[in-house]
Amino acid sequence: MSATGIGASIKRVEDLRFLTGNGHYTDDINQLDQSHAWILRSPHAHAKLNSVDTSKAAAAPGVIAIFTGADMAADGVGGIPCGWQIHNKDGSPMAEPGHPALAVDKVRHVGDQVAIVIAETRDQARDAAELIAVDYAVLPAAIDMDTALSGASLVHDDAPNNRCFDWEIGDRDATEAAFAKADHVVSIDLANNRLIPNAMEPRAAISEFDRSTGRYTLHTTTQNPHVIRLLMGAFVLQIPEHKLRIVAPDVGGGFGSKIFHYAEEAILTWAAAKVHRPIKWTAERSESFMTDAHGRDHETHADLALDKDGKFLGLRVATKANVGAYLSTFGSSVPTYLYATLLAGVYATPAIYAEVQTVFTNTVPVDAYRGAGRPECTYLLERLVTKAARDLGMDPVELRQKNMIQPDQYPYQTPVALEYDCGDSPATFASALKASDYAGFEARRGAAEKNGKLRGIGISTYVEACGIAPSAVAGALGARAGLYESAQVRVHPTGSVTVYTGTHSHGQGHETTFAQLVSESFGIPADLVEVSHGDTDQVQFGMGTYGSRSLAVGGPAILKACNKVIDKAKKIAAHILEADVSDIEFADGKFTVVGTDKEMAFAEVSLAAYVPHNYPIEEIEPGLDENAFYDPLNFSFPGGAHICEVEVDPDTGHVEVIDFTAVDDVGRVVNPMIVEGQVHGGLAQGVGQAVLEGCVYDADGQLLTGSYMDYTMPRADDLPNFSVSTQGVMGASNPLEVKGVGEVGAIGSPPAVINAIIDALSPLGVTDISMPATPNKVWQAIQASSVRQAAE
Amino acid sequence: MPTVSMTVNGKSVSAEVEPRTLLVQYLREHLGLTGTHVGCDTSQCGACVVHVNGESLKSCTMLAGQAEGADVTTIEGLANGDDLHPMQEAFRENHGLQCGFCTPGMVMSALDLVKQNPDPSEKEVREWLEGNLCRCTGYHNIVKSILAGAEALRG
Ligand code: FES
Ligand code: FES
Repeated sequence: MSATGIGASIKRVEDLRFLTGNGHYTDDINQLDQSHAWILRSPHAHAKLNSVDTSKAAAAPGVIAIFTGADMAADGVGGIPCGWQIHNKDGSPMAEPGHPALAVDKVRHVGDQVAIVIAETRDQARDAAELIAVDYAVLPAAIDMDTALSGASLVHDDAPNNRCFDWEIGDRDATEAAFAKADHVVSIDLANNRLIPNAMEPRAAISEFDRSTGRYTLHTTTQNPHVIRLLMGAFVLQIPEHKLRIVAPDVGGGFGSKIFHYAEEAILTWAAAKVHRPIKWTAERSESFMTDAHGRDHETHADLALDKDGKFLGLRVATKANVGAYLSTFGSSVPTYLYATLLAGVYATPAIYAEVQTVFTNTVPVDAYRGAGRPECTYLLERLVTKAARDLGMDPVELRQKNMIQPDQYPYQTPVALEYDCGDSPATFASALKASDYAGFEARRGAAEKNGKLRGIGISTYVEACGIAPSAVAGALGARAGLYESAQVRVHPTGSVTVYTGTHSHGQGHETTFAQLVSESFGIPADLVEVSHGDTDQVQFGMGTYGSRSLAVGGPAILKACNKVIDKAKKIAAHILEADVSDIEFADGKFTVVGTDKEMAFAEVSLAAYVPHNYPIEEIEPGLDENAFYDPLNFSFPGGAHICEVEVDPDTGHVEVIDFTAVDDVGRVVNPMIVEGQVHGGLAQGVGQAVLEGCVYDADGQLLTGSYMDYTMPRADDLPNFSVSTQGVMGASNPLEVKGVGEVGAIGSPPAVINAIIDALSPLGVTDISMPATPNKVWQAIQASSVRQAAE
Repeated sequence: MPTVSMTVNGKSVSAEVEPRTLLVQYLREHLGLTGTHVGCDTSQCGACVVHVNGESLKSCTMLAGQAEGADVTTIEGLANGDDLHPMQEAFRENHGLQCGFCTPGMVMSALDLVKQNPDPSEKEVREWLEGNLCRCTGYHNIVKSILAGAEALRG
């Protein structure tokens, strides 16, 4: 094993440029002769566009051009596509209304694009945009899901009752039969609060068109440049791949919100060929709030059937999910295949049935946000199981343990399509109980009480699914793309290596982790390896980074390409060492003839590959540069247990998260330092969802939480030091046995926090609190319950 | 357009700018110092923190003209050649950054903290960071980095 290989916490290669201010984020890049764009956006949630008069604006200083939806439509530009087709219960396809990049007849959410102004400077473009006269006929808005489903006001004329689809999974009859024989039924109604992703770098793009070659280049803040090339090139602008280059340079966080193909990318690319100038656009933060796809936003009713001993018999779930005004790239798959397929959770529940209705509303599209479907699922299950324990007077630890899938049951086929390949929930749970000193909690509760604080403890045990796979299965379920990953491993003559990956790093540290994979494989130091990503002109193809897929899907692709390199290098070594290739062994960076002291170093073989003087030229070609595509055999299934302790101030309702313990099974760990950092970040977002963050639209569809003054981002003093550890169970269905770590923190944590708050408030008779558990809400719950108790 | 002059990272600079130009725009667009970032439009994220006359300041809250004649330090001015500043080094050692977008502001802000309070407690660090948002790290390793950086600077 190499000292910089798998398992080493080496420091990140990326850090030097970021720490010295030398990162290259999209807005840091400037092109010669570039112009600047400002997008005029709708101030209304729902309105008919009677007319858009740009004449006055066109004459404003510095203005180069102004385009509206009519201009794009006249050019035959297509709509923004959705990447996943879901079918209704009756087999018919979902409603898939058009999504013009610039609004044509109607605007459908506050922030919807109405016109693009291109000028010499950004200020000029913005000033001119104010001179555009738009005649809006305001229509009633459909904001909350129930109002929308009543169909009183239609977001799209071709989606009756604003329903996008009505989908189901699982065995309804078996589930009803389970409920018929149940001794207990525990029910819950809950909402999964709508969140605004808020990567710290606002979205930005620079488009260019080269008249002499007919080539377009778009620098954009995306997590998946090839996916943008595919969606925008093939569906929106009809530009073939060889004429379209997408570059995702350094990207300042994504968390899902930078997966999707956004209208601005298409508008800018299209307009670059009109004005023959590069065009730069950078969102202001308020535009990010209004137009980045939001996350979550579910309302769910669920029932759990149990026998008299507390064994789970069946689970029945009905969810309404908000998809916003338009179907975003993965907007349809998140509340279905990324949500309801996980409803078994860590439990051996024999019968499960779920139905999901999705609803169009006059709000910004909702799509994947860190965890995407799995946090919604985990929140539901872990709230419900905790409620069951409380209602039935059982211990929440024992109830979980009694129902958990046991290690000898793997591979475990769930009733909702997935087959878990490996895992050990009882083990991670036991470790978390120990690490959090669960047994000693009552003493801590007592001590807090003396200080006038209500202390509570909450548990969440979870499993999730990463690296959507295999492509054929995803395709059968409606995915409109493959979900493999590609890699190219180019060994240079002197033995250094460049790796090209189709994944994209925007904080995850791939440049470090992937170099470690190659270091391990070739037995060379990681600093001889450079990782290249993000440029469709350099990387052959790729599906990008989301769903914690980069190491689980992109990693094996790199490994496959490394193995191809080693196979070829063995042939070269065999020739030079005059041995049979079957007698060549490769270890620790050396090719050896077994049983002899004849050997060649890795760099000697690579040099021979490029200086083929003594070379098996009839058998193999010169060079040492291999491609691989890896299509996974199954999802990977990270899991674990999160335990949270909070203290509530009963006078103010303020919740302090005192301790947070996470024990996560992410399979094999390549760089423990990076893995811990990923968990920290996910936990912060999960705690944020539980106690701080919540997107609010008013009944007219105005975004009330449209700035950092109104939307509460987690700050350093809102969070504790996290106690984080990993406990990997090997056996994941990929050659690295890795499972993915990007989302576990955000998936496991919210129910642990809310269960802890309810536990803290339970002496006061509080049995429910919704996210975010703000001081106001907690205080109200305390008041309501004490009034109730006094009355009883 | 007025000419605005100041000293940035030890060099005298001057540029003709529109009166409404913010200090952060002056640094990024006129001087090409893109290490200072813009993460919000309400002066709350702290991605734009620089030092003006030795004190940390959100460069999106100040007009370039208000910094006329000032001595400004940005993230680009911290390292000494190839040697990182001890606070930068502490962030690297402790994995105090992920996407790197908040990082320049975090480092510049941290340096002002340790100037005022060379031996801060964890709680003091967390409270000081009230004006700096990070979406990636959960702050755990940022706090650790700043405590380590403070220790290194105490020598
Ligand atoms: S850009 Fe200055 S505080 Fe956000
Ligand atoms: S490291 Fe990404 S925002 Fe802080």
